[in-house]
Amino acid sequence: MASNVTRERTKMVPLPSDSIVPERDVNKRPVLEARHLGIDFGGLTAVDEFNLAIGPTEIAGLIGPNGAGKTTVFNLLTNVYKPTRGTVILNGKDTKGMRIDQVNRAGIARTFQNIRLFTDLTVEENVRIGLHNEIKCNMFSGILRLPSHWRTEKEFHDRSMELLKIFDMEYLADVKAGALPYGAQRRLEIVRALATNPSLLLLDEPAAGMNPSETAELMENIRKIRDQFQIAIMLIEHDMSLVMGICEGIAVLNYGKIIAKGTPEEIQNNPQVIEAYLGKQGED
Amino acid sequence: MKNIKGKKLRSNMITYLIVIIAFVIIQGLSSGGILTNNIKGMLVPICAYICMAISLNLTVGILGELSLGHAGFMSVGAFTGVVVTLCLETSVSSGPLRLLIAIVCGAITAAIAGVIIGIPVLRLQGDYLAIVTLAFGEIIKNILNNTYIGLDETGLHFSMKDMNALQAAGGKVLLNGPMGAIGVTKLSTFAAGFILVLVVLTVALNLINSRTGRAVMAIRDNRIAAEATGINITKYKLMAFVTSASLAGMAGALYALNYSTIVPKKFDFNTSILILVFVVLGGIGNIRGSIIAAAILTILPEMLRAFSNYRMLIYAIVLILVMLGTNNPLLKRKIGEFREKIGLSRKAIDMTTEGGDRDGK
Repeated sequence: MASNVTRERTKMVPLPSDSIVPERDVNKRPVLEARHLGIDFGGLTAVDEFNLAIGPTEIAGLIGPNGAGKTTVFNLLTNVYKPTRGTVILNGKDTKGMRIDQVNRAGIARTFQNIRLFTDLTVEENVRIGLHNEIKCNMFSGILRLPSHWRTEKEFHDRSMELLKIFDMEYLADVKAGALPYGAQRRLEIVRALATNPSLLLLDEPAAGMNPSETAELMENIRKIRDQFQIAIMLIEHDMSLVMGICEGIAVLNYGKIIAKGTPEEIQNNPQVIEAYLGKQGED
Repeated sequence: MKNIKGKKLRSNMITYLIVIIAFVIIQGLSSGGILTNNIKGMLVPICAYICMAISLNLTVGILGELSLGHAGFMSVGAFTGVVVTLCLETSVSSGPLRLLIAIVCGAITAAIAGVIIGIPVLRLQGDYLAIVTLAFGEIIKNILNNTYIGLDETGLHFSMKDMNALQAAGGKVLLNGPMGAIGVTKLSTFAAGFILVLVVLTVALNLINSRTGRAVMAIRDNRIAAEATGINITKYKLMAFVTSASLAGMAGALYALNYSTIVPKKFDFNTSILILVFVVLGGIGNIRGSIIAAAILTILPEMLRAFSNYRMLIYAIVLILVMLGTNNPLLKRKIGEFREKIGLSRKAIDMTTEGGDRDGK
């Protein structure tokens, strides 16, 4: 299966810059593989021929001008949209036909471009909901307050506090999520996604609305998360300093198609990419 | 840290305390002979309506879906309870035990009805549950209007036509179509009602503050995020809805066994809306509020008897005034200032949020 997958990829994706998986991950099975992924909305092809492999501990970037289809790709990977064409292989398993929550349990966690927190619940409760599938306790022991309820509640508390420590947010545990400042909401979303114990974390514009110092801090934290949890991270971002600073492989999307893949240096010098970005600027 | 958790616990304790104190006071008044017979007769219905309000608040406030046919579940529980007690009249002599069995059976059948409705409807987004429960309430009423159940030595007999077929066998008629159940022994007492309120309250509060409740509230707050966090939406919506339905079934059994006759027409659309009014007036998602609203609004028409013909007019005016009053920003601010003065404010905690936006008020 594994060799088959690799052969297929090299055969069907003859892009020279396809090997954006970093050295250390080359011989490992990719955590995620998208093959010929595409979706049409009515007559409009939003994403087409999206091929990508992400190594198990890679930090990958997905960039492109506005409306290129980046978020659509995230929605395709998490089955929010059913792909019209192509397959997504997550940890060697085809995700076709899975519900959104099943994809999450299979290993993809994500954050959203427009923050989606449980605003009426506290910060800690948000993280606890992230831990939902990690710590099991059925409804009846909850209602009857059986010992298993108290045991798991304590576990919920300990583990969510531990997770909040990543961003030094323990002191905010009892604040309502909706009352947090913008940056903290973004960080909380990442913590909640991490709580689901993913093997791939998708971050949709994690630095949006952050100032340069916050962005620098976020960069450090993303790296820290990767090292600590040994997971793959893929992010959509417009802030080039962040993308070029931490991504090991970058894919550039324009009009729903990948126009370039490679290391940050390769992308920066790729004439097609420069055209896509500068051309866009010229039109404005 | 301990602050909010302690606060939640304290808030729950206050709710329990209010219920217990109210019970003690009313019990005292009742034995002192101060309460009129009219009011005494309303004690059990009040308990039943409080249970209904808590139950509906689970669906509307915690699950965030609208149910316009909660009286339907009450009705299912009520008639199950009646039939069960009539069947057991000879074999189980203890009244309270029969009441308990009736309530449990009512809860089970109402839960089954909840599953049947919930499985197809809760997969959808939007107001479909409101539409379907509205229809369900009417359907149940019509089915019960045409159900005849008789009992003889060979067992239970059902008919959807008339009761002649059942009577011919020489048995007892339990359920007589639109005439409902006649000759039911009154089993419900105020004490039983009080215990049921405590049970329903405990179930509701414990459910809300557990892993399941958090998942349900997550779905209410943000469906897409809940799904992306790995929560099986349909499963948890169904859990909450079925729990709510079964609590309504319990309330129904308690209610029905307070009367010697009970007709299906009692549980119509008006009753569903009445319960919804309790929930909305008490505050959506606010369990304590719906308890108080249910108690006051059930007793209010009785209190307004002095106005005879204008009774319902005054009732409506009071409802409108309370709605206006509780949503008045000026009044809210005054209450907020008052709470701050006596040190109940949340602001102290919000201050710690890096000086960012507070959720105000």
